[in-house]
Amino acid sequence: MRIGIPHETHTGEKRVATTPEVAAKLIKLGFEVALQKDAGSCAYLSDDAYRAVGVVIVDDVRELWTSSDVVLKVRAPGPNAELGCHEVDLMKVGATLISFIWPAQNPELLERLAARNVTVLAMDSVPRISRAQKLDALSSMANIAGYRAVIEAAQNFGRFFTGQVTAAGKVPPAKVFVIGAGVAGLAAIGAANGLGAIVRAMDTRPEVKDQVKSLGAEFVEVNYQEEGSGTGGYAKVMSEGYQKAQHDTIARQCSEVDIVITTALIPGKPAPKLITAEMVASMQDGSVIVDLASEQGGNCELTVPGEVVVRHGVSIVGYTDLTSRMARQSSQLYGTNLLRVLEELCPGKDGTTTVDMSDEMIRGATVVKNGEITWPPPAPKLYAAPAFTAPGITATPSPPITKKPLIPESLRNALFTLIAMGLLFGLGSSAPSAFMSHLMVFVLACFVGYMVIWNVRPALHTPLMSVTNAISSIIAIGALIQVSTPGLLMKVLAGSALVLTTVNMAGGFAVTQRMLRMFRRSE
Amino acid sequence: MMSEGLVTVSYIVATILFILSLGGLSNPETARRGNSFGISGMAIAIIATILGPKVTSLTPIIVAMVVGGGVGLYAAYKVQMTEMPELVALMHSLVGLAAVLIGYATFRDSEVQFQGVEQTIHSIEIYLGILIGAVTFSGSVIAFCKLSGRIGGKPLLLPGRHFWNLAALLAVLFVGSMFINTESGVGGMFLLFIMTGIALAFGIHMVMAIGGADMPVVVSMLNSYSGWAASATGFMLGNDLLIVIGALVGSSGAILSYIMCRAMNRNFISVIAGGFGTAGGTVVSGGAAPQGETQSISAEETAEILRNAAKVILVPGYGMAVAQAQHTVFEITKLLRERGVDVHFAIHPVAGRMPGHMNVLLAEAKVPYDIVAEMDEINHEFPATDVAMVIGANDIVNPAAQEDPNSPIAGMPVLEVWKANTSIVMKRSMASGYAGVDNPLFYKENNRMLFGDAKKMLDEVLVFLRKSA
Repeated sequence: MRIGIPHETHTGEKRVATTPEVAAKLIKLGFEVALQKDAGSCAYLSDDAYRAVGVVIVDDVRELWTSSDVVLKVRAPGPNAELGCHEVDLMKVGATLISFIWPAQNPELLERLAARNVTVLAMDSVPRISRAQKLDALSSMANIAGYRAVIEAAQNFGRFFTGQVTAAGKVPPAKVFVIGAGVAGLAAIGAANGLGAIVRAMDTRPEVKDQVKSLGAEFVEVNYQEEGSGTGGYAKVMSEGYQKAQHDTIARQCSEVDIVITTALIPGKPAPKLITAEMVASMQDGSVIVDLASEQGGNCELTVPGEVVVRHGVSIVGYTDLTSRMARQSSQLYGTNLLRVLEELCPGKDGTTTVDMSDEMIRGATVVKNGEITWPPPAPKLYAAPAFTAPGITATPSPPITKKPLIPESLRNALFTLIAMGLLFGLGSSAPSAFMSHLMVFVLACFVGYMVIWNVRPALHTPLMSVTNAISSIIAIGALIQVSTPGLLMKVLAGSALVLTTVNMAGGFAVTQRMLRMFRRSE
Repeated sequence: MMSEGLVTVSYIVATILFILSLGGLSNPETARRGNSFGISGMAIAIIATILGPKVTSLTPIIVAMVVGGGVGLYAAYKVQMTEMPELVALMHSLVGLAAVLIGYATFRDSEVQFQGVEQTIHSIEIYLGILIGAVTFSGSVIAFCKLSGRIGGKPLLLPGRHFWNLAALLAVLFVGSMFINTESGVGGMFLLFIMTGIALAFGIHMVMAIGGADMPVVVSMLNSYSGWAASATGFMLGNDLLIVIGALVGSSGAILSYIMCRAMNRNFISVIAGGFGTAGGTVVSGGAAPQGETQSISAEETAEILRNAAKVILVPGYGMAVAQAQHTVFEITKLLRERGVDVHFAIHPVAGRMPGHMNVLLAEAKVPYDIVAEMDEINHEFPATDVAMVIGANDIVNPAAQEDPNSPIAGMPVLEVWKANTSIVMKRSMASGYAGVDNPLFYKENNRMLFGDAKKMLDEVLVFLRKSA
């Protein structure tokens, strides 16, 4: 089957749906890969680089669309100004399209695709289950956007991020406040922390607190009791009381920090307005706000989508194309996500695709199947813990479970001491003095052993065991003495014991010596 | 001939040497000297005893010691380093058996006569000495059979096993009270036989019920028992040297058992009670079943990943010992180090079947000990590591221990390999480890599986690494 990758037509879109590296792997799966001429040029990927791995370069757009069985795209198909028709109408009937679709926002596009009798997998509809993480393009794009947001902030911020003490005076570190600790927020935290800033973060979902901390940021809590986790790892709309408390918290932070990065999104709703004009005014001149939600209306009241504006002396970055600004990186990651989809569709590695609707992951992503709209999918079963774990972020370690003891610790200790004292008293009052002196030696030796053994390095535990084993054949002394007592039975018993202990003695010491000789230091 | 006083002085010197010997083992640098101290101590103690006033017939002693010494040396030089756990277990059984024999001999010894309380205490000492010796003997034999594969590693769980153990304990106590009160030598001997039988059965049953993953605890526990057996013999004979050495060995083994138990986050009693991870149904029901797919890679890709890494941590497990892969592991380590890759080994306290098992194998393969690190030393380095390679280990790298509070191994300290950029797990198949717990590590996004026999696959990796030089 032939995979076709057209040039993205959306204005300002610089990404491309595959890179030469990914294309080589697609070819390995048995597909033929065709690329529209110059499709990768905006991401600094030349046609020659594609050709080198065996990709066919097609000059004619119409030919590329009509000859492809599978079309890989970044943006949802739209009108092609050059040919004066809609891209969907160029598709071969029965073909498969894999790209971002946003079916909820684009119902008429969905109708159009169904009418064309094609199959469509929407990268934005991949269910958020841990198995599907490798095809989660939203996460990989959010990761890039979060990183880029920090870079854009640095670009518009006239100071160092890291604090320095120089001969020319002291520079305080920049303070960065990240709102929303999803994948993008966490990436921003990591990047800002890496540049040396002091990072704080806030999120309505309390379970991300540890993830935030693990990246070196401080978690700012809203002083109000309400759980903000919705299904699928996203946040939900919060109550009025909570929003009031949240407003106060954000206002306080804005007056303190230099840079605010907002990433708050609620699926299917306009972005919440978290930063008011007053808060912007309260910020110091030269501060920066980067609004990652600007495409959905923005988290800041003053954001202008797609532009950088200066309001009250604060630069507000409202770029909607942060991923395109790192086209090469995003193409690489997005292309790999697409590759994972095709690996799922083509388990036989024979260059043919089958859309298996019984697979929860594929079922979720498929929005049109052979001309039939299959969106929205049935609600996903939530196997994993409700907290969605971003890639690269370790989940919260749970505290060890401690069982409640039957008897409280203090009472148990007291009881134990009492019993021990009783036993010792009993012994001391009845046992003969010879026994007591042996007992004293025994107890002292136990303590000496305890002190000495704790110093042994774990690496030497095996030699320790073989040495202790060898010296425990000291009981040979008992056998030595008994051999000399009269009686055949005694001699046989003691003699056998002597043989056994000497085996142990000689073997134990020799093998220890052999082992220890092997421990060496590197030259 | 030496006087009684001189013999005692020699014993004091021997005791000091033995303590120095154990102290020397705290560091690889001084460990060899420590072993020499042990040998000297033993030599002094034996020569002093032979020359002392109590020993009169030399011939049987020389014959017995030459035979025993020969067998011991032969075994020590023949044994493979991977078989160390078996050898150690077997040797423990010898000490146990010797303690039993000496106990019987002491009972038969008509020269020693006590009265009243002294007689009672002497009887208790004999009884205890034989009891501990017998349990050590049969337990060690079973441990040896399990370790060498003569008996399957799966725990054998008799119905109502705790009841049987309790019954055995009560029976031993009952027979013991009869033994103390009996006057006749023949009757006493008969009671001793009964007790020995019960003790042997108890030892067998105890070790049979313990799973393969708990073997390090068992081996160190038997080590401890062999010490207590020696101590009990010392009490029996009124010999302080034996008491001291027995106590040293006994506490050493007890501390090792404690360390092993802590490394598995399990309590000593529950290990001894046995039956870990065996009740068939608990294999996955214990926690959320990990879902998803593993991503497997070839030896060639593994070589590629290793070559591009700057920092590599290798995590060996029992699988490396089984496959005898330690030499290949070292060849790879050497090659990578020559190319400037920072290679370290991370050793989990219970990796393998005996405390320190992995260290001995790596030492045998000439891996320098200063790049071999313990869990606590190296666990924080994983996030800064490019590749963490797990060679035949499973439970000790299971993230479920930290992430899933319902997991049967929850709370056990583990090596956090999943924090490395990439982790590679070498495994024969997808079977779960000894604990019978599925491992979510295999399904992590940054984990790759390299399936196959560890030795064979590593050999291939080595070939590809050399090729690319």
